Amino acid sequence: MKRPSRRQFLIGGSAVGGGLLLGYGLLSPERREVAGSIIGGEGAQLTTWVRIHPDNTVTFYVPHGEMGQGVHTALPMMAAEEMEADWDLVRMEQAPATPTFANGPLGKGYLTNGGGVPSALNGAANFATYKLAELMNLQITGGSTAVRFTGQFGMRVTGAAAKEMLIKAAAEKWGVAEEECTARLSHVLHEASGRKATFGELAELAAEFSPSANPVLKNKKDYTIVGTAKQRFDIPAKVTGESMYGIDVKVPGMLYAAIKQVPVIGGSVARVNDTEALAARGVRAVVTLEDGVAVVADNTWRAKQALDLLEVEFTDGGNGHVSSDSIFAQFDKALAENDGEEDVEKGEGAEALGSAKTVVEADYRVPFLAHATMEPMNCTVRIENGKCDVWIGTQDGLGTRAVAAQAAGLSDDDVTIHPLMMGGGFGRRSPGSPNHIIQAVKIAKEVGAPVKLTWSREDDMQHDYYRPAVSARMSAGFDEEGNLTTWVNRYIRKDEPAEASHIPYAVANQSIRYVESEVHIPYGPWRSVAHTQHTFFNESFADELAHAAGKDPYQFRRDLLKDQPRHLAVLDLAAKKANWGGPLPEGHARGIAVQESFQTIVAEVVEVSLDENGRPRVHNVTAAVDCGEVINTDTARAQVESGIIYGLTAALYGEITVENGAVVEENFPDYEMVRLANTPKMDVHFIESGAKLGGLGEPGTPPVAPALANALFSLTGQRIRSLPLKNHEFSRSNRLAQAAD
Amino acid sequence: MISLQVNGEWRELDVEPEMPLLWALRDELGLTGTKFGCGIAACGACTVQVDGVAQRSCVLLVGAVDGASVRTVENLGTADNLSPLQAAWIKHQVPQCGYCQSGMLMAADALLSENPNPSDADIDAAMTNICRCGTYQRVRAAIHDAAKAKA
Ligand code: FES
Ligand code: FES
Repeated sequence: MKRPSRRQFLIGGSAVGGGLLLGYGLLSPERREVAGSIIGGEGAQLTTWVRIHPDNTVTFYVPHGEMGQGVHTALPMMAAEEMEADWDLVRMEQAPATPTFANGPLGKGYLTNGGGVPSALNGAANFATYKLAELMNLQITGGSTAVRFTGQFGMRVTGAAAKEMLIKAAAEKWGVAEEECTARLSHVLHEASGRKATFGELAELAAEFSPSANPVLKNKKDYTIVGTAKQRFDIPAKVTGESMYGIDVKVPGMLYAAIKQVPVIGGSVARVNDTEALAARGVRAVVTLEDGVAVVADNTWRAKQALDLLEVEFTDGGNGHVSSDSIFAQFDKALAENDGEEDVEKGEGAEALGSAKTVVEADYRVPFLAHATMEPMNCTVRIENGKCDVWIGTQDGLGTRAVAAQAAGLSDDDVTIHPLMMGGGFGRRSPGSPNHIIQAVKIAKEVGAPVKLTWSREDDMQHDYYRPAVSARMSAGFDEEGNLTTWVNRYIRKDEPAEASHIPYAVANQSIRYVESEVHIPYGPWRSVAHTQHTFFNESFADELAHAAGKDPYQFRRDLLKDQPRHLAVLDLAAKKANWGGPLPEGHARGIAVQESFQTIVAEVVEVSLDENGRPRVHNVTAAVDCGEVINTDTARAQVESGIIYGLTAALYGEITVENGAVVEENFPDYEMVRLANTPKMDVHFIESGAKLGGLGEPGTPPVAPALANALFSLTGQRIRSLPLKNHEFSRSNRLAQAAD
Repeated sequence: MISLQVNGEWRELDVEPEMPLLWALRDELGLTGTKFGCGIAACGACTVQVDGVAQRSCVLLVGAVDGASVRTVENLGTADNLSPLQAAWIKHQVPQCGYCQSGMLMAADALLSENPNPSDADIDAAMTNICRCGTYQRVRAAIHDAAKAKA
């Protein structure tokens, strides 16, 4: 890993501009001043992201959107810890979407973690050339990045720098040495003389010092805030209904839009007759776009009703013949005809299968998936006097600004983003997925009044950017002694993160290759991105191999993870907490899976039975998680629980089907969700290995599907090689017959 | 004109009787705490109480509730004066994105007023709302807690 030392990172301009990013981006006095003037109001701006008020409260400006992952609390916790702020006096605000507050540390994180640019960022800027200058303008929330990068490289440093400035101010004021002063609970103390001042009293003087480029960070053993359970700042407004989501905004003079979209993705509007629609009550305008026809009215419902009065003819863009079946047939053909591009080649690669004693082969696949955020896509736009205002819940304010500017035909500087709460993100509200934003801008531009475009659930489900459908052909070889010696995988579509398809297991010969096979269904990052498909493939296949070798699936994995102590530790912990191998009620079985994603390793054990209709009933999910360090213990647990339910929904029900070039599923009845009655008991355990901070928003998701499928195998003897499980019939009779033999 | 008692106050609405209550609340009365999720009574995000009973307002036509008393999340309690249910929601840190939570709370509140000490099975049956963030385990715990606090 080419990770520069922290010193290089803070000061050196040589290490891919890291010093530049932080020095300029976070701590420079000019930038701090600009930041202060943008925020306005009273108080001293110590660094871009910190302001201290005369009443001794501290506000941290977080350059990420909140979508329930707790980032608006976890990041201030990291900064407050280093600053020695009294948590009761800490406040938080989301930073405005301007480059001044942009997220240098996030770009930094990607650069120094050796990864490429994740696809979640596509479209935010031109990544073909991957210019650092553009990366600096990111404010994205995704890729489980916030705590790992902004928190680690940004918030901690900003807090520590602010503390040093406050101590300097106190030392100057009292005429004592800096070393004799300490900070604690939002005060600076000089023990020898018993003098004491609040941060608020010192702030103005402190702001005259330059922030240190290299502040000293605290020792983990001295933490008092990080590693505890703090209540999230955003929750009170979410239980009173006051929390403002994008869909709730009301701008003076605003009209409401609904849209009839081209059903076949890639098609266009051919002809519109809007006479009847225009005559309906409350309707103000009909706007024809390339990908749909919008009705603008004085109420959302009236706009939506009038859509039915439109006569519209659409073209299918040449995609009208495509179906899920044709797509999977296309994948099969591609895999049969092409050995693909190299992903991993080790030892003798696939050649080694030739000398194997036993070979196991299996074909796997997963369907397209929609994000189905609870809040359907929406966007409110006002274009007036050459300026454009956009109200939206977004995972990337600056990326959204660029998208809106382009659609409006304005420069970025003429666009202001007003970030609001997100009713779920999961990747859907990232800048590479901007269809609703472009539509809203174009409608508002044509109408000449502020417009809120609200998608129906049907729009949201049928015009998403989907988790891709993917097929994989797996094969493996054992030697004479029954050792696994060869692992071969040929799969469709190289996706992010690059390592998602790799295995942690010690297998001497590996050949993992991919084949590109284009489809017209748009792609989007979906919670944990490529890990969703590859963990299902790899961990199900590993389970097949364990059974082929006649070994317990947990022991089989252990034997192959001898050189992976972190994997081994989570696997052991999950197995222990789930009482792996211990007695179970009649008709129950367990399955296990493990996966590293976003630098966090998660092992999950699922306990399942079949209900009276033969449908899987998940009783318990036990997770063991090593994310290096836990910031907010309760939020961390909530994130893993959430990831499990998200993955479970996909495993049990998730399927977007394509017919005649269009998405078939419309709403929740045909895109079913896990609900409270079928929520398993979840039990989440953390290991703080001290490894580099890993993400938490996503890593809970990947292991659950294979762990469940593996449990079902153990219960029924049926190996599940395609999702979702609702497409399979289960019966225990096979298994019972086998047991009787 | 349709008259509704909304959160204790009589309101007049000059709208089509077939407009769903959800859009009358959100777009006409500016009460945006009640959320739109599916429009077909499948998710529960729009749950309000009509004469004390939990109802999905996206399929409830205003004409059908003329003269009724409607209660929305805005009436449950304020930040300085939380209802026991809201307090339990905060204690258990239930919401994630929060979007489904108005509906969850209104359904849970209706459940508790009808059944002050619900069993797990009662909760399963009454709480069919979708939460895409998967907060269900905490919803259950918070309802049990609120029931205890009220007892
Ligand atoms: S919006 Fe009414 S139930 Fe979904
Ligand atoms: S908290 Fe996000 S949908 Fe329930």
